[in-house]
Amino acid sequence: MGYDKSDDASVYKISEDTAVINTTDFFPPIVDDPYLFGQIAAANAISDVYAMGGVPKLALNVMTVPKSLDMDTVREILRGGYDKAMEAGVIITGGHTINSEEPIYGLAVTGFVHPDKVLSNSAARPGDALILTKRLGTGIITTAAKADADMVDSQVLESVYAQMATLNKYAAEVMADFDVHSCTDITGFGLVGHACEMAMGSATSIHIQAEGLNYYKDAMEFADMGLIPAGAYNNRDYTKGKVLNESGIPLALEDILYDPQTSGGLLIALPMDQAEACLKRMAAAGVTACKAGFVTEADDYEIYIEK
Amino acid sequence: MKTVDARGLSCPQPVILLKKAMGSKENAYELIADSQTVVENCTRFAKSQGYNVSVNDNGGEFKLSITK
Repeated sequence: MGYDKSDDASVYKISEDTAVINTTDFFPPIVDDPYLFGQIAAANAISDVYAMGGVPKLALNVMTVPKSLDMDTVREILRGGYDKAMEAGVIITGGHTINSEEPIYGLAVTGFVHPDKVLSNSAARPGDALILTKRLGTGIITTAAKADADMVDSQVLESVYAQMATLNKYAAEVMADFDVHSCTDITGFGLVGHACEMAMGSATSIHIQAEGLNYYKDAMEFADMGLIPAGAYNNRDYTKGKVLNESGIPLALEDILYDPQTSGGLLIALPMDQAEACLKRMAAAGVTACKAGFVTEADDYEIYIEK
Repeated sequence: MKTVDARGLSCPQPVILLKKAMGSKENAYELIADSQTVVENCTRFAKSQGYNVSVNDNGGEFKLSITK
């Protein structure tokens, strides 16, 4: 894919009809429940393969554990990873664990894709619609939960955790039936950051229609209270000068656009006239999805934030 | 006046400390921070609680005056 376009994974063509996708991701615990953490870490690591249009098949555990961590916890993390991998149709064939001060878990994942069907994050075309799956705002909600768990409605928190553990598999399966031009998954750089990479890589501009996005409404309240992860401010800094926002949307909604996501959804660029049908199929497949905006010829800014 | 020293802390810790300090419901607080993120988050928290905030940047060390 080249090194200049910040794609989600590496792709290597091994024959006329098969290319190998390799990717890895891992991080320290973001939830207290080790089984859930294992699931989220696995869903997050596998996601890059879906974002590239591929089917994940094999994975290796990547893990560090402090000596103080009891074996039951370690087993629960791994069990979460195995169960999520199994749901994805991925076999974990081994891996490597070392001792370290901080626990870390993730996967190195191998997937396959037809060389002509590889989805890069830099092939959006003017006239495309953008579809976003999953809800935004999970970074802010988990930050609020870290500050004071009692502040966050338990149902909302459960929903956020369940979403982070949800595979992008189901969205990817729907996407495969449409003429998708470009795709990426939303993670640490937030919606604006990843959309900005797509716009730059594709030499286009992207208009984000903020009020139509799916996001956790409670995240607005927490953003107003300053419970915003440092990453959201970093994302704002990184994209400074590339974003024009004359929308007049509330600051808290703007924060949600920059909010870093763990195991976030897919951002999909496809022909405008296929967007409605794709959204309908997503809904039928139980995938939370919305129209996020559209793509135009390259203009003065990479990203235009609109109402 | 209560002072919250948030130097060396990362979010959301400073907001938690400020929130705890504000439990005493005084009219003025002071917060010392060493990152822009902490300044912005604590400013927003204080404003959400009905306070005014003025920031004094002392070469990378920030002093927030938080008053009713």
